[in-house]
Amino acid sequence: MSDPDFIVLGGGLVGSAIAYGLIRQGKRVTVLDEGDVALRASRGNFGLVWVQTKGLGMPAYADWARLSVDVWPEFAKELTQRSGIDMNYRKPGGFQVALGEKDMEARIEVIDKLRAQQGAEGYDCEIVERKRLDNMLPGLGPEVVGGTYCPHDGHVSPLRLLKALHKVIADSYRPNSKATAIRGSAGGFQVDAGGVTHAAPKIVLAAGLGNLPLGEMLGFKLPVRPQRGQILVTERLPAFLDYPLSGVRQTEEGSVLLGSSREEVGYDNSTTPDAMHTIAGNALRIFPRLQHARVVRAWGALRILAPDEFPIYQTLPGHDGAMVATCHSGVSLAGAHALCFAKYLADGALPEHFTAFHSRRFDVPKASYELVDPDHHA
Amino acid sequence: MFRRLHTSSSTLTITLDGVALKVAPGDSVAAAVLASGNPACRQTPVTGSDRAPFCMMGACFDCLVEIDGVPNRQACLVEVREGMQVRRQARPTLVADRLAS
Amino acid sequence: MSGEIIDLAVIGAGPAGMAAATVAADLGLDVTVFDENPAPGGQIYRGIEAVATKRASDLAMLGPAYEAGKTIVSAFRASKAKHQPNTSVWLVQKDRQLGIASGGRASMVQARRILIASGAQERPVPIPGWTLPGVMLAGATQGLLKSAGMVPSGPVVLAGNGPLLYQLGAQLAAAGAKVTALLETEARYGAALQHLPGAIASGGYLAKGLGLISAIRKAGVPIRRNVTGLKAIGKDHVEAVEFAANGRAWRLDCEVLCLHQGVVSNAQLTLAIPAKHEWNEAQRCWRPVTDAWGNTDLEGIAVAGDCGGIGGAEAAAHAGRIAACEAARALGKIDAPQRDTRASGDRSAWERHLRIRPFLDALYPPSRAIAVPADDVTLCRCEEVTAGEVRAAVRQGGTGPNQVKSFTRTGMGPCQGRMCALTVSEVIADQLGKSMAEVGTYRVRFPIKPLTVGELASLE
Repeated sequence: MSDPDFIVLGGGLVGSAIAYGLIRQGKRVTVLDEGDVALRASRGNFGLVWVQTKGLGMPAYADWARLSVDVWPEFAKELTQRSGIDMNYRKPGGFQVALGEKDMEARIEVIDKLRAQQGAEGYDCEIVERKRLDNMLPGLGPEVVGGTYCPHDGHVSPLRLLKALHKVIADSYRPNSKATAIRGSAGGFQVDAGGVTHAAPKIVLAAGLGNLPLGEMLGFKLPVRPQRGQILVTERLPAFLDYPLSGVRQTEEGSVLLGSSREEVGYDNSTTPDAMHTIAGNALRIFPRLQHARVVRAWGALRILAPDEFPIYQTLPGHDGAMVATCHSGVSLAGAHALCFAKYLADGALPEHFTAFHSRRFDVPKASYELVDPDHHA
Repeated sequence: MFRRLHTSSSTLTITLDGVALKVAPGDSVAAAVLASGNPACRQTPVTGSDRAPFCMMGACFDCLVEIDGVPNRQACLVEVREGMQVRRQARPTLVADRLAS
Repeated sequence: MSGEIIDLAVIGAGPAGMAAATVAADLGLDVTVFDENPAPGGQIYRGIEAVATKRASDLAMLGPAYEAGKTIVSAFRASKAKHQPNTSVWLVQKDRQLGIASGGRASMVQARRILIASGAQERPVPIPGWTLPGVMLAGATQGLLKSAGMVPSGPVVLAGNGPLLYQLGAQLAAAGAKVTALLETEARYGAALQHLPGAIASGGYLAKGLGLISAIRKAGVPIRRNVTGLKAIGKDHVEAVEFAANGRAWRLDCEVLCLHQGVVSNAQLTLAIPAKHEWNEAQRCWRPVTDAWGNTDLEGIAVAGDCGGIGGAEAAAHAGRIAACEAARALGKIDAPQRDTRASGDRSAWERHLRIRPFLDALYPPSRAIAVPADDVTLCRCEEVTAGEVRAAVRQGGTGPNQVKSFTRTGMGPCQGRMCALTVSEVIADQLGKSMAEVGTYRVRFPIKPLTVGELASLE
């Protein structure tokens, strides 16, 4: 069998969406994935398809996230048709609610800044008073003073999304194939994985935190780190919530997901009673009706964060055929990864404005970028 | 479905779906349901099929019932108390049902 | 968390936990036993205090092995060990903090040492119709007999294999229940024969087993051998059981069907922490890796009794005492030679009781056809996922139980995988031609007992 056009390293949401997009473009692809036990942010995800808090400090990212949620309906429709899997994708718009006036002021400030940054056309999010919230989110607790609503937000079952992607890339997918060596040459790349050597003219590093060791195999030190988020999930409950909130969403199966913490604990993806306690407490302040809802599991997953928490897309220095894609919003960006990013790869070059995502942006003093995205569930 | 080998000298009264039921002190709620004539405790949230106590040791969670207004309690691990109100659980209306209708 | 630190937290008030707590308290440790049941005894001695005081006439029917629990419970009650009933342990951390919940409140407890004595659970028996009301695990029916003095009011059929099934048959017959038949799926006398010397050396087990079988026969209960194709039939409730035996198809009406395929270690807690585990091929279940004193690979966390490998009630009590001596040594109450001396009697008795196991494990292996069910059989009771759906997920690249879980929702319901984990891994292993050790099992998540959002929010 002849070599594929691309080897995608990583079979999570980022790698699978890119691989699917490349296949759509008529490219031959091999996807190398690890086995049953791996870090897998894709399996630890909250499932928001979200834009309202994304991109403050980097207009290119705000645009990219918006583009992705804009193409998501088309992406979902096509993927559902091809895979036969209903991913439970809905786009009713999403809320972020504020607990207390101070919280509300902070929300408004972020929105104002994003509006200023993106212009009225490029950013669309409204402030909603408590009274109006009650019509859309019945049962809010007394501490909720108001919130913000963005009509472009939505949610999806991340597990069904991954399942659907795996279904449509099944012929290209190689599990139990963790890459142990990559060699670059003029003609392309050789990757040793699972006892087999794969070769292709181009490779895409899309393995989440696995991109760190993969990058090092090609002499590149990727500036990302793990950040733990813990999530609680309840038993199936009667339907009460029609919209996703940034930290609470009810799935079609009835479970309620509650998130999420932000912890700098390295590669430790365990759960802690402290975080569980805090998440439960916040959830009750938003929806007191959850008092008797039983939590059936908690999990910790590791976000993949650059210092400014925005994605990194670039070719590796000295290896024009090796692209790296690293981000923490594999669900929200799945639409853009499949329909747009893969096309750039197939066409052979990233567009001009993607220079904003190059890691050389960190070659400047830290104070010049700001950490603002209050939401890291998506 | 189950009968008692002994008639208890003392009894308690609980209600099961609003109907008074005489039980023996020390009975688990699950035992009381099994002795009531209809062993079903709940309908599953997935297909709505009836479930009754299965393991009686806290492992299978098929005996979930509402006790004194709190849903999804493991009937096999809770002892009956005088006046306790037990309700069988119907299949909940899920988000998916609402979207489908 | 309250500032108090307890010396030894024991999880489970079955024979291992009670015996351990009794000895540890005697050796000067501050011991608390946490147990989710209202009364001590565990599954094996369930309701023993109530039976002994209020239903003493049932003792003969329940047999001497059950009555033996009186001694161990009263010694535990008489000891200085504290007992917290109706308390679930929903979390244990490597730093020996325990998350407990009771009466709608959750709290954290710090212990210097933890002894996990969470016992066993019955192996899942995924046959067609096993979710119908009226189909129960054999231990469930036995538990009702012990704790509530209840027996099936209509015809009952027992099906599967393992000592507990025969014990239940004899007890139900003695209690006057209408036992229609005992259906034995598998008994490999040939394979068990090589372990006969150990079985004989282990004491009275063989005689006890033969006694049970003869009691069942005397009661007029037919025993059908080499039964295959078990199927529970019914609409809203089990009405009959169908099976094949002696080259023909059978149908027996019943109101209760008791299933049993042996018991397996309840490793939910040790898997969640996680301690290091290994696949026990003979018993076909996971067990935490331990040293001779029950210590896991985690500092200060040990196991005793069936949760560390199936050995039965008597072995469990000895293992509990052995682990208690080690806890006292580790906490400086006695030195190693004193520990060895104190534990020596229990150690030899423990080893003697374990000598029956290879015989029993070989005689009553779980039926392959049940452990690896056909496509249309539900294997995850909570999420109602079939074996066929699991196989489809494997075909789609699911390499193990965790990927399969995320693709099919097996193990995501309230039982948290207790009723499907073994079957899911068996099906995957079978399909991929891999061993269970290679395939592994679910990553077990805290809280290992569901806890309300309110309880978590109240955590102190």
